[in-house]
Amino acid sequence: MAYSDKVIDHYTNPRNVGTLDKSSHKVGTGLVGAPECGDVMRLQIEVDDNNVITDAKFKTFGCGSAIASSSLATEWLKGKSIDDAMAIDNMDIVEELALPPVKIHCSVLAEDAIKAAINDYRVKNGLAPIELEKSHH
Amino acid sequence: MNLPIYLDNNATTPTDPRVVEAMIPYFTQKFGNAASRNHHFGWVAEEGVDYAREQVAKLIGASEKEIIFTSGATESDNLAIKGVFEMYKDKGNHIITAVTEHKAVLDACKHVEKLGGKVTYLPVKEDGLVDLAELEAAMTPETILVSIMYGNNEIGVIQPVRQIADIAHKHGALFMTDATQAVGKIPVDVNRDGIDLLALSAHKMYGPKGVGALYVRRKGPRVKVTAQMDGGGHERGMRSGTLNVPGIVGLGKACEIAYNEMESEAIRLSALRDKLQSALTVLEESYVNGNVEHRLPHVANISFKYVEGEGLMMAMKDLAVSSGSACTSASLEPSYVLKSLGLSDDLAHSSIRFGLGRFTTEEEVDYAIEVTKKAVTHLRDLSPLWEMFKEGIDLNSIEWAEH
Repeated sequence: MAYSDKVIDHYTNPRNVGTLDKSSHKVGTGLVGAPECGDVMRLQIEVDDNNVITDAKFKTFGCGSAIASSSLATEWLKGKSIDDAMAIDNMDIVEELALPPVKIHCSVLAEDAIKAAINDYRVKNGLAPIELEKSHH
Repeated sequence: MNLPIYLDNNATTPTDPRVVEAMIPYFTQKFGNAASRNHHFGWVAEEGVDYAREQVAKLIGASEKEIIFTSGATESDNLAIKGVFEMYKDKGNHIITAVTEHKAVLDACKHVEKLGGKVTYLPVKEDGLVDLAELEAAMTPETILVSIMYGNNEIGVIQPVRQIADIAHKHGALFMTDATQAVGKIPVDVNRDGIDLLALSAHKMYGPKGVGALYVRRKGPRVKVTAQMDGGGHERGMRSGTLNVPGIVGLGKACEIAYNEMESEAIRLSALRDKLQSALTVLEESYVNGNVEHRLPHVANISFKYVEGEGLMMAMKDLAVSSGSACTSASLEPSYVLKSLGLSDDLAHSSIRFGLGRFTTEEEVDYAIEVTKKAVTHLRDLSPLWEMFKEGIDLNSIEWAEH
């Protein structure tokens, strides 16, 4: 199976690799997946007082599509409000990266990571976590 | 040096140009049906087949009458296992094999189970070798066949075939071996090794795809298998179907070349493999999978912890290798062979198999070392698990969300 150009681009030049200070109250961290399954994504967001995401970083253990999905997610998150970030759907990632059906789970994981990061931020700041739909994988 | 570099010689090998050359006349001038007994064209084709039969037999220390040509090792495995099960059903219905066998053996055994047979799937030790005491304990008066591979396709470990054969024979069972990865790479001798049936394939030893053979012992004991395909009764009634004459001639030539060159080639390849392996295991948290002493000369299977195999292969884009990662398999399950060594799933996901071959050069190995090191480092920079490991966090202490 050949990879799409966009997957190769994100894989070769991943955007926003790195680590934010997870102890900061402005930072939300989402760690999803499991080493046994071959995918672990850690996605972090930094949020300002207006609920806008000013920075996003990731690290991912996984295949090329998983790395590309999380790289793309960080790109999309920067500058978005929390509400807009919550609305990112895994199928948007599938479409943008032209992921084949066997790689859809990578996009699901990226969506889960976004939501986990937002909830971590909310809980840290005294807000109730948003009830998530039972994830579809 | 041309890119990409092929280091997946356990999957298949390029056909040696000398083999191609030997085959070519059998497509155009010598195209006869080897079963046409009454004219020149048939005789010429039959001559080609007879000669190939001798070449194959010589490589494994057999007699040419003991070689049955097939379409490849999968067919040979099926014919041996199902054919013995059917032929010896009055004697017993129990077969012993191992969990690390090729799917062709495992699935043929599953078929036998559906037909009412009993199959024992022996576990293997951490180094991939069968435990002889466990084999001995699994033998029953009903055991008709022990089927254990010679060399493993994923990790390259070589089983103690002679001892396995002795145990099988002591209990009155036959010993079959899938020697697809071993024949032509290391000396295999059906008499020295006590083999009653042996499967081999041309395309793993620089011959063409679509042709292989099954060795069936004729003396001490005389082994018979029930044909699995009905037809013209070719190959002493054990395998019907017009012979693939060019393919068979190619298999024969491949065996002849292997016979002449195998010894020096094994020395060259094991030196290159060891160079690759030592250079890569210098990397932190990298582990060689399987027994390193009893191993085919051209294979190294290495796990690079905290990076995922498919992602790694993508970074090694000018290298053709293979991985035990789930992402590279149709089933999305990590390699069952690596898991049966007791490797945790994450290490199985992190494995890369390097398979060197006749046309691999030292320059290519040097390049592969550099590319692999860079790729592992790049991916570890991206890996949250590597970061946690470096911070001293025990990954087992984290509650992972299985998905």
